[in-house]
Amino acid sequence: MTTESASRIPPPAEETAPSSDVTLTVNGKLHSLRVDNRTSLLDLLREHLGLTGSKTGCNAGACGACTVLVDGRRVNSCLTLAVRLEGAEVTTVEGLADGDELHPLQQAFIDLDAAQCGFCTPGQIMSGVGCIREGHTGSGEEIREWMSGNICRCGCYVNIVRAVGQTAGRI
Amino acid sequence: MYPFTYTRVSGTREALAAGREGGRYIAGGTTLVDLMRESVERPGALVDISALPLHEVTVTEDGVLRIGALVRMADAAAHPDVRTAYPVISQALELSASAQLRNMATIGGNIMQRTRCTYFRDVTAPCNKREPGTGCAAREGVNRAHAILGTSDACVATHPSDVAVAFAALEANVHLLGPDGARTVPFADFLLRPGDTPRHEHALGQGELITAVEIPAHPRPLRSGYLKVRDRQSYEFALTSAAVALHIRDGVIREAKVATGGVGTVPWKLPAVEQHLIGERPSETLWTAAAEHAADGARPLAHNGFKVDLLKRTVERQLRIVGGDA
Repeated sequence: MTTESASRIPPPAEETAPSSDVTLTVNGKLHSLRVDNRTSLLDLLREHLGLTGSKTGCNAGACGACTVLVDGRRVNSCLTLAVRLEGAEVTTVEGLADGDELHPLQQAFIDLDAAQCGFCTPGQIMSGVGCIREGHTGSGEEIREWMSGNICRCGCYVNIVRAVGQTAGRI
Repeated sequence: MYPFTYTRVSGTREALAAGREGGRYIAGGTTLVDLMRESVERPGALVDISALPLHEVTVTEDGVLRIGALVRMADAAAHPDVRTAYPVISQALELSASAQLRNMATIGGNIMQRTRCTYFRDVTAPCNKREPGTGCAAREGVNRAHAILGTSDACVATHPSDVAVAFAALEANVHLLGPDGARTVPFADFLLRPGDTPRHEHALGQGELITAVEIPAHPRPLRSGYLKVRDRQSYEFALTSAAVALHIRDGVIREAKVATGGVGTVPWKLPAVEQHLIGERPSETLWTAAAEHAADGARPLAHNGFKVDLLKRTVERQLRIVGGDA
């Protein structure tokens, strides 16, 4: 590494970069793709599969807008390299509803007005599903701590906490 | 992000061969992928080690706790043997990052995570750690979050890990495996102070892997806990922190293990505080007097002088929390 290499040499174009095959399940559907090794799970979902529910916020693991479940656990899809997901099962906000029936947490977000602009909402809901599964919903304080990886710049936290807490008591 | 080849290895031998050829190991990837996107890290070859058999938490009959390098932070924190025997480890882990990141990041990767110094993360800024010889932008820059202990003219960046502070306090050992076989390094020797070579951050050789972190058996009963002070209530790096473990028998402190985070270029053990506690009976005055030594040797910068007092108070409060009101 030289001192001038850091910012001046642009990364090469996509078509010349190494790629790999990966087969994974997204919302119950099996996909086999060949992707540039640099592709994140978030980019795979949005750019390759057209699933734009998961949002690109900070793209650095700091905001939680990209949260999905991988093998049942909530993770930041922006920091997950797609090529590492061979055989994985991914659930996004598009895969939560049962047909026309919303997941209870989706319904609770509507009923309790837990969104304003809505950008963070898919990540909040997926993180909330993870939080409920992990059992960290014993109090409002506990929910706030265990949901702290999801930022809402509109400030809907009060109703988000209520939605997660109410849903945890129902399912 | 710069391009890289990707190899998934299924066995240790395969991993070491790839590592010897210059491959960069990836486990949770939460630090590495983030820094690759910023072009701070530019590995040409990633070697995915997540399938290696390093996912176990075990306790031997004589009380030695061994956490496999690939155990996720969330799983290590919630493991009953960890939670029961070493609350300080569980608390340090659960006060780190976010639930999502703790589901991804591993114990081995956690202690290998790189500094959050904003100049290190900005490839347009001088940084001796990122590009040796270019200088340190933090020394004369905005350095409110930087280190006051273990610094050098070349580097003042803090080590960001919380659980590493608990490991330092508990005098953990790091188990390594490399092309020349296995070896064990005391935690105090694993992470390196910057000195004149801030680029060299750890004791790992080329192609060497962390296989486990081991906590030696400590006398029981052992009370322990972790306190983290930061700019917001959750999901933030430490300004100061304190890991404390006390063995109190017949009303006397027999063993004291104390380390601090957010203030050092490496997790900072506090032997002067420990020595002040051993052989004494818990009391309000003892906690205050012992914590007076917490910032011994501190060299504050223009914006982080507040950390000297904050550190003493953090250690004092955590001694009181763990040691009780006597």
